[in-house]
Amino acid sequence: MATFVSLSTAIAELVRDGQQLALEGFTHLIPFAAGHEIIRQGRRDLHLVRMTPDLIYDQLIGMGCASKLTFSWGGNPGVGSLHRLRDAVENAWPRPLDLCEYSHAELAAAYSAGAAGLPSGLLQGFRDTDLYTANPDATRAVACPFSGTALTAVPAIRPDVTILHAQCADRAGNVLLRGITGAAREAALAARALLVTVEEQVESLDAGMNAIVLPSFLIDAIAVVPGGAYPSYTQGYYPRDNSFYQAWDGIARERESFLSWMNRHVLDSPDHSALLHKLGVAA
Amino acid sequence: MSQPAADIQYTQDEMMTVTAARQLADGAVCFVGIGLPSAACNLARELHAPNLVLIYESGTVGTKPRVLPLSIGDGELAETAEVVIPLPEIFTHYLQAGRVDLGFLGAAQIDRFGNLNSTVIGAYDDPKVRLPGAGGAPEIATHANSVLVIMRMSPKSFVSELGFRTSSGFLGGRGERAARGYPGRGPQAVITDFGVLRPHPDSDELVLTDIYPGVDPAAAVAACGWPLQVAAQLQLLAPPTATELAQLRALNERTRVAHATPVKIHLASNSSNAV
Repeated sequence: MATFVSLSTAIAELVRDGQQLALEGFTHLIPFAAGHEIIRQGRRDLHLVRMTPDLIYDQLIGMGCASKLTFSWGGNPGVGSLHRLRDAVENAWPRPLDLCEYSHAELAAAYSAGAAGLPSGLLQGFRDTDLYTANPDATRAVACPFSGTALTAVPAIRPDVTILHAQCADRAGNVLLRGITGAAREAALAARALLVTVEEQVESLDAGMNAIVLPSFLIDAIAVVPGGAYPSYTQGYYPRDNSFYQAWDGIARERESFLSWMNRHVLDSPDHSALLHKLGVAA
Repeated sequence: MSQPAADIQYTQDEMMTVTAARQLADGAVCFVGIGLPSAACNLARELHAPNLVLIYESGTVGTKPRVLPLSIGDGELAETAEVVIPLPEIFTHYLQAGRVDLGFLGAAQIDRFGNLNSTVIGAYDDPKVRLPGAGGAPEIATHANSVLVIMRMSPKSFVSELGFRTSSGFLGGRGERAARGYPGRGPQAVITDFGVLRPHPDSDELVLTDIYPGVDPAAAVAACGWPLQVAAQLQLLAPPTATELAQLRALNERTRVAHATPVKIHLASNSSNAV
């Protein structure tokens, strides 16, 4: 049963050094506020999992929180590189980062298998790319036991903690996700513990019959964090701040400008509301 | 536009985008990437292909954005979609199940058989440049019935041998892809800033078949990292029409304004549904 707590309490109680952690959300509903709180609380040696690392993993990696990354596309969409991710891979700064690399379809299959309680997921297997030789333990070639068709098996992902952002929760702790959900539902069901930040608590979810609702019993903790996805977005509340994503390219390009931005906006802000006020985004 | 067609000035990006848009048949189901592919698909939808079905890997199916998305999952794509579905279903129920006619890809490097690298330059474990990685590309390259590639040509990007193969084109050529039983036919056109390359029917090697107005084929050969073959019957492509340019520029201008609009978030939470 979900309990409503503050974000700092939720991170303090659920997230430990050395855990496998998935902050999901595909461009939409990325839990930035939760990622920032993990940085403030100084977690280390995390194994981060995410289909598209995006700016929040660039920040976690650049601040030294991670030792391993499982991912399928690590760029700033429509802009270019994630410079902190690149610096970690190319120069081991601020510390070495192990990579486990998939395609989107493979990582989606790994989350789906985790959600279904299966040990692995299956895809059609045309294993002619170098991703297979570069990541020899990440997949296996198998044959369909019925047809003999060549398939690729991907081990299930079961994060210690999955963290999502969503539109709203009702008083009982049921959570509604609306719009582009990516692999959020699968990452939630695959998790050993689930933390969700929401824009607001509401009397009724007012969800359509086939809406994506995470029932309260799946969720360990809910924190109400308005603006918690910024500079990503929450459909129906505020749009993606594309100008921030463009500006991040310059901020993150050099170590000094990155650290100074993180110190001023994340470490020197007690919470997400303070950060949004500093950025001039809060209305 | 009031200018006569012969006097219209246009950029290389505009010529590439218009050329790509012209490849898209009305009614095709198209798997779209961000950047020039997204511009080409939406330009085609506004011009000759109003029934183009655009699928973005974020889970938006049949989307009709009024401005181009910066990311693959901007809210605009969800708001104008026929349906928004979880991402795993895009890759299983739509792409792997064979429901995509055309996939659109870019990459950092391509070889003469249309294999693509979007992962690393240099050694994988000690890269000179770490690129974003595979994303949806390997499965798009495998399963889409045909693939269009859009890339600017230079000896560093059009290479005789890839350091890393992220996505499969014709593998080693001479029918290897077909013999391996791939469901999709592989790259059918590579749109560059000089013209269009297409696979030779026997060797699968990419050959310069179409050229832009005013471009010397020798310049294309010089910009290619392998000894580029030029088709005996080289097609001269028409420059962008006034209508194509006007639509594309209006689309880009709407996009520029939308992406520069400041975001404001109301932090005072109330207890009613905000949507």
